[in-house]
Amino acid sequence: MNSFAQQLLSLAAQAGEYKLGERNNTALSFFFVIVLITLVITYWAAKKTKTSSEFYAAGRSVSAAQNGLALAGDYMSAASFLGISGMVAMKGYDGMIYATGWLVGWPALMFLVAEPLRNLGKFTFADVVAFRLRQTPVRIASAVGGILTVLFYTIAQMVGSGNLIKLMFGIPYLWAEIIVGVVMLAYVLFGGMLATTWVQIIKACLLLAGVTLLTVLVLIKVGSPGDLYAKVVHDYGQKMLEPGALAKNPLEAVSLGLALMLGLLGLPHILMRFYTVPDAKAARKSVLYATGLIGYFYIIIPIVGFGAAVLIPGGQAAIKAIDAGGNMAAPVLALTLGGTPFLGFIAAVAFATILAVVAGLTLAGASAYSHDIYVNVIKKNKATEEEQVKAAKTATIVFGVFAVALGILFKGQNVAFMVGLAFSIAASANFPALFMSIVWKRFSTQGAVASILVGALLSVGMITLSETVWVGVFGFSSAIVPLKNPCVISMTASFIAGIVVSLLSPDAQAQAKFEDEKLRTYLGVGAE
Amino acid sequence: MADTARNVTRQEPKLHKSVTEIIESPDFKRLVSLRWTVSMVLLALLFVTYYGYILLIPYAPDFMKSKIGEVTTMAIPLGIGVIVIAFVLTAVYVVWANSSYDPEVERLKGQLRK
Repeated sequence: MNSFAQQLLSLAAQAGEYKLGERNNTALSFFFVIVLITLVITYWAAKKTKTSSEFYAAGRSVSAAQNGLALAGDYMSAASFLGISGMVAMKGYDGMIYATGWLVGWPALMFLVAEPLRNLGKFTFADVVAFRLRQTPVRIASAVGGILTVLFYTIAQMVGSGNLIKLMFGIPYLWAEIIVGVVMLAYVLFGGMLATTWVQIIKACLLLAGVTLLTVLVLIKVGSPGDLYAKVVHDYGQKMLEPGALAKNPLEAVSLGLALMLGLLGLPHILMRFYTVPDAKAARKSVLYATGLIGYFYIIIPIVGFGAAVLIPGGQAAIKAIDAGGNMAAPVLALTLGGTPFLGFIAAVAFATILAVVAGLTLAGASAYSHDIYVNVIKKNKATEEEQVKAAKTATIVFGVFAVALGILFKGQNVAFMVGLAFSIAASANFPALFMSIVWKRFSTQGAVASILVGALLSVGMITLSETVWVGVFGFSSAIVPLKNPCVISMTASFIAGIVVSLLSPDAQAQAKFEDEKLRTYLGVGAE
Repeated sequence: MADTARNVTRQEPKLHKSVTEIIESPDFKRLVSLRWTVSMVLLALLFVTYYGYILLIPYAPDFMKSKIGEVTTMAIPLGIGVIVIAFVLTAVYVVWANSSYDPEVERLKGQLRK
């Protein structure tokens, strides 16, 4: 406690009497400017958002470059910005292993699903899974997989954002949750996908600019990356530049890698973005833009982390004193390098990051109910345009209120595992069904339902029984499932369930449609 | 939405015929199989790159820890290399699709309209 106070004092002396966790007026003004600009955009977008296609897919009017930026904005969460820089600052090289894992899904997304998804679907990934199968069971199963993924991802984002905003702006947790909920709902409810897209574009630009600026300032101060590494080794030893505890167990490492890589191919809020571009060619180009931007981000973020470890007065101990997880490394580095104004800017960027990601998640969660369940199952695809938009907006409000309520309910809980859970369900429930429906002629309704349910149940069940939750959350002495990430088993089981059940329940109609659908899958004939 | 293919069949029998002809044409089959061959080769390269890197960590720790500069370890350029290669593979796919897949798609779509 004594050293904690000393570190804060030394930081305060550096930055002119400022302490983290106090209200930071610069941060608040930056934040208000960002919110103001995005709300003006929302007002403009609201005028262009009347039909369901405009609400869910921005009227398919987004260009490839814009969608690439928005994809990057949708994907680069506060967890990857603050989490990875913090991990590098505290543990060194291991943070880089995570950074590579977060990127490698993008090429796989391109090779396996991006273009067929764009050609076959309308608003959600369930459109593709259900394309030639029986609507009701497949839509319900896909919506369950989709909503579970989005829900766990959202809880992690909301709890994380409450803590971050409390630390950086000095706003109480409860208010932080409510502000995120209200602003995000304003974007989605009034401006639909068009406003969400622009919020994500602005956020991506701000985040990339902020991290670039941090990197440049670190290198100006230290010299070349080589000089930075030398300083890191001088202060903390050679171990910082060597792979440590992570990825020691090969099976565990491969399982985590599969979840990170293929989970991306089942994230509903990412997949949904491909319907905002006019055609498959634009979808393809947008993946390249996104991969370039996200790759650049993950290459420079370790420099920020190492910079934080060597440039912040007090180094790792000071970072740890402020937040045990190391999440405050990048903001404190900003405070050290540029004083309160720069900290304010970085804090506002982190806030914008949270808003953009939660807005994308809300749109995806709402559409899984309003488009897949309400329009296609309850209304049998006979809802009027007006009914569809109304259902979408109602679902948005319900999801937004849920997100805030869950954020408040899970306050103070360890929710870091929920991101892993979301990726595991995405990779094990959503991705196998999506992929098999695109490439495998004999895939049947029962096969799809079995594959989704097996993947989702195994993911939830095995993570609950793993060390992270069974020991870490429930406090039992030892884990029942030895793997921390179940993907290698749950995804394999999902594929096997889908294949075996499909072979046992052949569906002649679905097989006949598969041939017809090829023209749409590969040539885009009849694509919406 | 899901019934588009069937509607085409029902309402425009002439178009349906040429749809079937195109689907059964060797050109279309070649295009589809080439698309998946390119995808799978690139995916295999991605798997080798990423899992090669991930497995070098537990199986070749000394290699990963070996120094290539004063303090810089082999692991650092390899980690950056994985990201760069992932981007390059994505770019290769886009270049291939733009220059070779798209023109063939346009040619086949042109046949459909006749």
